[in-house]
Amino acid sequence: MANYSTNEFRSGLKVMLDGDPCSILENEFVKPGKGQAFSRVKLRNLKTSRVLDKTFKSGESLEGADVMDQDMQYLYTDGDFWYFMEPDTFEQHQATESAVADALPWLSEQDVCMVTLYNGSPLSVMPPNHVEIEIIETDPGLRGDTAQGGSKPAKLVTGAVVKVPLFLDQGDVIKVDTRTGEYQGRVK
Amino acid sequence: MDKWQPGASLDTLRRRAAMLSCIREFFKQRSVLEVDVPVMGKSTVTDLNIDSIVTSVVSELGYLQTSPEYFMKRLLASGSGDIYFMGKAFRDGEIGVKHNPEFTMLEWYRCGWDDHQLMSEVAELIRLLLGGEKDIAIDVSKLSYSDCFFERLGFDPHSADLEALQLLAATLASDSWIDETRANCLDLIFSSQVEPYLSEGITIIYDYPECQAALAQISPNRAGQNVSRRFEAFVNGVEIANGYLELIDAGEQTVRLERDRKARERLKKPAVVVDQKFLAALHSGVPACAGVAIGLDRLLMGAIGVDSIDQVLAFSWLRC
Repeated sequence: MANYSTNEFRSGLKVMLDGDPCSILENEFVKPGKGQAFSRVKLRNLKTSRVLDKTFKSGESLEGADVMDQDMQYLYTDGDFWYFMEPDTFEQHQATESAVADALPWLSEQDVCMVTLYNGSPLSVMPPNHVEIEIIETDPGLRGDTAQGGSKPAKLVTGAVVKVPLFLDQGDVIKVDTRTGEYQGRVK
Repeated sequence: MDKWQPGASLDTLRRRAAMLSCIREFFKQRSVLEVDVPVMGKSTVTDLNIDSIVTSVVSELGYLQTSPEYFMKRLLASGSGDIYFMGKAFRDGEIGVKHNPEFTMLEWYRCGWDDHQLMSEVAELIRLLLGGEKDIAIDVSKLSYSDCFFERLGFDPHSADLEALQLLAATLASDSWIDETRANCLDLIFSSQVEPYLSEGITIIYDYPECQAALAQISPNRAGQNVSRRFEAFVNGVEIANGYLELIDAGEQTVRLERDRKARERLKKPAVVVDQKFLAALHSGVPACAGVAIGLDRLLMGAIGVDSIDQVLAFSWLRC
């Protein structure tokens, strides 16, 4: 991979830091009037999701990371791996449990997810922003209670638990925003 | 996609114009003469960390000046008395939220004054410019470098071991700082541990470390440590001004310029020829004086409360 110098650091650039792939979030040029210039950089470690602050001297460089984001369809799991397919080439990729961990509570077969590949293997999986999932377990619905506030926990078929309005019942399909985990509405 | 519009609003441009005329009035009342020295010269500074933009005139090399300092000192040596310059300065590679490669600088010299007298005038002018037409109270605090350093870090910057500074810099930044110079380590520590905690309003910090003297005289402080008679002014934690009790000893100046030039060579930075006309002026005699430069774009940022230099320039480099 190419090397990138501090003046090429842009938000979104993927680089290697201490052996781990990272994504640059921010790069601030700092220069005391008479002093040496440096770059104050915020990076996200793509393996651990941890955000790091590093300060590099101007002109220092980091190796680019072989990381790319690709939309893929989730196919199935055999319990050990989760299988995803590239829609254009039908090429399949197997993701480990740690790679799918964040997406798992929302993952339904055939959903199109964003898979981050590192050296060709799935490093992390982002579920779609909005998913439609069936409620598998919740307290019985209170008919007619559609207007008032109040909510109750509902367990979804994928395993996530979300707060839903009181009128919903087991078997209802709801729309959820996976970024916030919030209920968005009932799917008719 | 193409941004043809200015980055500064019309209100900001009006405020900028008002600021410039306020400065001219300030110095007129004090009988300081405005001088319009070249922004393009045949030589330039040897500062290790300041890179000049190179140009050419009929195949002769030219440099856009990084500050009007050398030309102004040649005027001082010619008997000009108190002078100020307000105009453009240029520095290569300096692009960021608070940096534009071309910026507006106000620089002035006061003959017979020391650094502390000049600090008072700097505070007075900055306060005037921040207030605009309103007469609002703006706090001014004045601290020595070692006091504000000690307050945040608990040790004295002038007597600290180089190894301890390198270790701290590496911990704060990244491993590559472990073999950095004293000046660079101190800058890193200061900018990440002290600057962000400076109070709102105007802060003036004086008696910088000896290794960061640049063109300032070196003399012992109250504790008997050698410090440089250099000061900086900050507005809401942002560096705005840099001033000196000016070094006027031609011999010492020659040594420093030569040391810088060699350091540039060692670091494989573009070679710079020492400005002989500047040295000749020092040999002929620059009067005892104190001088300071203020970045007016950043001051305007502080006056109107914006974070990006692009918002106070008609057209920053990104829009040129």
